[in-house]
Amino acid sequence: MNKIFIIIKREYFTRVKNKTFLLSTFLLPIVFLLFIVGSTFLAIKSQTKEYIAVVNDSGFFKENLKSDSSSVIFDFAADVNSSNYIEKGYSGLLQINSDTAAKRYVIESPKSLSVGTMDYIKGQMNSAIENNMLQQLNINKNLLDSISKASENAIELSNELKTGEKANAQLAYGVGFGSGILIYITMFIFGAMVMRGVMEEKISRIAEVMVSSVKPFQLMMGKIIGIAAVGLTQLLLWILLIFVLLTSMELFLPAEAVEQFKQIQETQQQFGVANNTMALELLQAKASFISEVNWLVIISCFLFYFLGGYLFYASLFAAVGSVINEDPQEAQALMLPITMPIIFAFIILAPSIDNPESSLAFWGSIIPFTSPIVMMGRIANGVPEAVPYWQLFLSMSLLVGGFIFTTWFAGKIYRTGILLYGKKASWKEMIKWIRRS
Amino acid sequence: MSILKIQNLKKYFATQKAVDDISFEIKKGTIFGLLGPNGAGKTTLIRMLTGIFYPDEGQILFDGKKFDPINDVVHIGYMPEERGLYKKMKIGEQALYLAQLKGLNKTLALAQIKEWFVKFEMQSWWNKKVEDLSKGMSQKLQFVTTVLHQPKLIILDEPFSGLDPVNSNLIKDEIYKLAEKGCTIIFSTHRMEQVEEICDQIILVNKGKKILDGTVKQIKNDFKENLFRIGFDSMPMLNGTAPFEIINTKEFSYIVKIKDQYKPNDVLNYFLKDGVQINSFQEILPSLNEIFIKLVEGTPMTRQFQPAN
Repeated sequence: MNKIFIIIKREYFTRVKNKTFLLSTFLLPIVFLLFIVGSTFLAIKSQTKEYIAVVNDSGFFKENLKSDSSSVIFDFAADVNSSNYIEKGYSGLLQINSDTAAKRYVIESPKSLSVGTMDYIKGQMNSAIENNMLQQLNINKNLLDSISKASENAIELSNELKTGEKANAQLAYGVGFGSGILIYITMFIFGAMVMRGVMEEKISRIAEVMVSSVKPFQLMMGKIIGIAAVGLTQLLLWILLIFVLLTSMELFLPAEAVEQFKQIQETQQQFGVANNTMALELLQAKASFISEVNWLVIISCFLFYFLGGYLFYASLFAAVGSVINEDPQEAQALMLPITMPIIFAFIILAPSIDNPESSLAFWGSIIPFTSPIVMMGRIANGVPEAVPYWQLFLSMSLLVGGFIFTTWFAGKIYRTGILLYGKKASWKEMIKWIRRS
Repeated sequence: MSILKIQNLKKYFATQKAVDDISFEIKKGTIFGLLGPNGAGKTTLIRMLTGIFYPDEGQILFDGKKFDPINDVVHIGYMPEERGLYKKMKIGEQALYLAQLKGLNKTLALAQIKEWFVKFEMQSWWNKKVEDLSKGMSQKLQFVTTVLHQPKLIILDEPFSGLDPVNSNLIKDEIYKLAEKGCTIIFSTHRMEQVEEICDQIILVNKGKKILDGTVKQIKNDFKENLFRIGFDSMPMLNGTAPFEIINTKEFSYIVKIKDQYKPNDVLNYFLKDGVQINSFQEILPSLNEIFIKLVEGTPMTRQFQPAN
């Protein structure tokens, strides 16, 4: 046991002290932050105030079109027409034609108005027209609102969702996809790290010196656990740094931007307009981060599946590393059977998040070859709402059983392969090594 | 008292009998030569002695007890022929790491490393990386890491390859010193002149079997062919029945093989009775190299693969 610990210590510290490790650990969150701040800044700067003149208004638009002080301001001046609105400083002209043959509503503008502005104007007009129609038909607006609200509540109840826990589909998708991708990437990064470490030991011929002091299995496990610790350190530092940076983000953003963000959020709530700038989405996600997602469950599941998935594949990567000699092309061919299921898991990640109840998602998240990636996609939809406890438990125990099996299996190949020089091992020979011992 | 006793050791691989029923014994404090052509089974034999492989049959007694790889490896230092070190690691850290894996605690290991580094004039290397060392330098480091934990048994596979004569002698002296202190050294090599110089006892392995076992002197005697070189002032005439056959004639000397039933004195008498001036008379013992070639020759240089059963 003591020897494994010495090996773990070496594997861990030689990597953690490495400059590339420090660089990637601290640079990535900063790049992430700069990206968010930068794109938020750009998104806000690019929003300009538009003054829209409304002409030929019969009266109800004046009552119902609400200006938004930051983006769209409606003006109902009398002496504006299509020939002079630019001179008078308006960026657009909304004409309401009384004759029904022509188009009733026309917006004129010397430039093309942004999608957001157009959406806002259309939304305001729709609600104005709707209100007008309701009035004409003598329907009480308040009554209608209360009816639709009641029906919404009824739907929620039928979903057995409490109002407070209403799943934010977009956020779940983001979290599920993000953590799935992160596991996919880290599995490759740290798996390849194990493989390169084993290859280094074999090529530099230190393996034989080592196995005269420690058992090959200890050497392999020391390396795998050491690199797992490196991976965990890096992930935890990332999670920590990103949380710190996100919570302190208001300090980096101008006050005006935060104000605007709040308004945008309000309008979104009013009209359900999907906002498509990533930065705003993230800001919004941050706002609902702690409230709407069970972070404890997600982070602990993430760490479990990261570790489980890594351990499941790392020993296989180690076995591949042990049978190759200097030729990197051999590595390619031997890695294929390991990388295929990982890539397959990544492919079925998106459909599984879209449809967490499907049989593809179910089996993908149970079978240990794909479960670390696919299950993370499903978990974001909620435990136990989307993933019942028994499925989570089954998936986790199969993964644990799986990595015990792959470690045992790979250990046998590793033991022989690490001492074999010059000769390329064939699949047939490797099977023989497993059978013999 | 023997440090190592090997009895009927066998290790068969799928394609060949790597070690096929080998027995021998090594006395404490001796330098033991393990000889054999390439692919004779030396490495497999050594790997069993270092606990890397388990024998299929037979047993190994280490220091009087049954060899227990897990606990006994700390008493063994092994420098394989295919040697290597972690290239990116600093030399001091590397030596410390390998010593700790052999069960030394940190303080003791550091003291030992310092002592050896001083001995080999390596103090200034501490913070260098292995990749910056020359081949000879890394060889010295490798030797230090092998003997650092004061093993009872040191196994050196081709320890002098790649070393210049100065460093070769440095290591050779250390080997002698270690043997004097009671360490036993197994020395595996192809270089016979070194074996003749260093080893007390040798075995020769070929095709997985032991074909020769004994002290260098005794083996040379066993293989002597009663050859003598006789030097003269002027080449004598040969008449009558001589007690020898002439194998080779050189300028002012014969190389003769003494016939059976005759002794060297008979040869001398044969010349002296004619009043021939003899200025040298010397027995020609075969070199280990010749014995080696003689025994191994005729068998294919590389082993043919043969089924194990």
